Amino acid sequence: MPGRVITITSGKGGVGKTTTTANLAVCLALLGQRVVAIDADIGLRNLDVVLGLENRVVYDLVDVVEGRCRLRQALIRDKRLSEMYLLPAAQTRDKTAVNPGQMVEICHQLRPDFDYILIDSPAGIEQGFQNAVAGADEVIIVTTPEVSAVRDADRIIGLVEAGEKGPARLIINRIKPDMVRRGDMLDVSDVLEILRIDLLGIIPEDEHIIVSTNKGTPVAHDIGVPAAQAFRNIARRLRGEEVPFMSLGGSDNLFGRLRRLIAPRSDTH
Amino acid sequence: MARQTDATDEQIAIKGTRDGVSVTIGQGPWPELMARLAGRLEATRDFFKGARVLMDVGARTVSAAELQQAAQLLAGHGMSLVSVISTNAETQEAGRQAGLGLVLPQPALADNQVKTLPFVEGILLRRTLRSGQVARHEGHVAIIGDVNAGAEIIAGGDVIVWGKVRGIVHAGAGGDENAVVCALYLAPTQLRIGPYIARAPEGRAMRPRGPEKAYIRDGAIVVEPWQAQG
Repeated sequence: MPGRVITITSGKGGVGKTTTTANLAVCLALLGQRVVAIDADIGLRNLDVVLGLENRVVYDLVDVVEGRCRLRQALIRDKRLSEMYLLPAAQTRDKTAVNPGQMVEICHQLRPDFDYILIDSPAGIEQGFQNAVAGADEVIIVTTPEVSAVRDADRIIGLVEAGEKGPARLIINRIKPDMVRRGDMLDVSDVLEILRIDLLGIIPEDEHIIVSTNKGTPVAHDIGVPAAQAFRNIARRLRGEEVPFMSLGGSDNLFGRLRRLIAPRSDTH
Repeated sequence: MARQTDATDEQIAIKGTRDGVSVTIGQGPWPELMARLAGRLEATRDFFKGARVLMDVGARTVSAAELQQAAQLLAGHGMSLVSVISTNAETQEAGRQAGLGLVLPQPALADNQVKTLPFVEGILLRRTLRSGQVARHEGHVAIIGDVNAGAEIIAGGDVIVWGKVRGIVHAGAGGDENAVVCALYLAPTQLRIGPYIARAPEGRAMRPRGPEKAYIRDGAIVVEPWQAQG
């Protein structure tokens, strides 16, 4: 069966696209899938750092497109997972070094050999974004529970709809259960009410992510960390499994609702 | 921006409106009018800097090159020409060629055309308008879905939203002050009817209690519960 091309994008920068791409790649590989992660953020490459593969980069996406190497030569095998590869971005070029047609061609070439082709999109709505979604079968939108991020996600969803990529699915990143409980943060239902697309997962704010990102070891390897569990759940949902959403104090489950009912009262004592 | 009218020059009228700056070009040869405009802009210094300009050229034929010349002149003073208002089809086409995408319908320009909707009575959209998306129509617009923050509806007539309005809605964009905006949940960033603009209150906005209707009463936009009319 040919692989699925999934683009991870957001509009706004800094909401966790690269972290999400890296962790989903790891989780899918842990589930025994053959995965390649493509860094489409040409000029501002990060995915290699987050995956801890920076020092192994020889060829990159632009080298492939410009014929300096074969696609296979540019793929870097992960340190830990034998079925996971990275196609890094060029750091010394910019988004115009690749066009959407070339991205479609690269995805086409990768499809027979992989189960999942994950593309880490750059922020913005310009050519870098257009390149990243050109070859996609489906699109995952990452947002955080902030009004500005949700606004940009809304814009991106509109563009994806216009590009006829099918309905995008949503990951809400960096939920702080305490703040949601106090009513100081948009909760999952607030975000869904605006965006009205299917929810693929929610990821709690977690200090482990910063540590793991700096170390180049995606948090998904750390069993027992809530964020790792959240990413694993998302990977399973991508595989078509029904996995219940984690309880993070939002109003998306009974437990959360009960807790929110109780919380204001206990504050007064 | 304060409303500023200058009646001393009949050929070039520059008016700061709440919609942006309206520049009305009167009769006369184009180069001469442009020279006059340049003089006027010089006199205003950078008062209108950053403003969006709607240029009304009336019924005359203006070429795309001439429009671009005007746009450059305005750009030199930090203003952007966003729209050309004209009753002349050639000029409207020239405006499109010059990349002035927003040619607002102006049914109210000619005296006999007030409130008539020349083409279609209205359209129905069955979708959610997302940030960055604009629905423009010379007649009425009805939408089943939401108008999200960052989205815009610009209608020559009324706007009816069976959903939530969080973006910008402009009803009666051609100047019709009898236009109304109705929505199940009316919490727009900004609401415009004809030449009037209302914006959401600062800070925590009040949540609408039910369906509401906005219209103009005594020169201001008012909102009241939306009920079936007898």
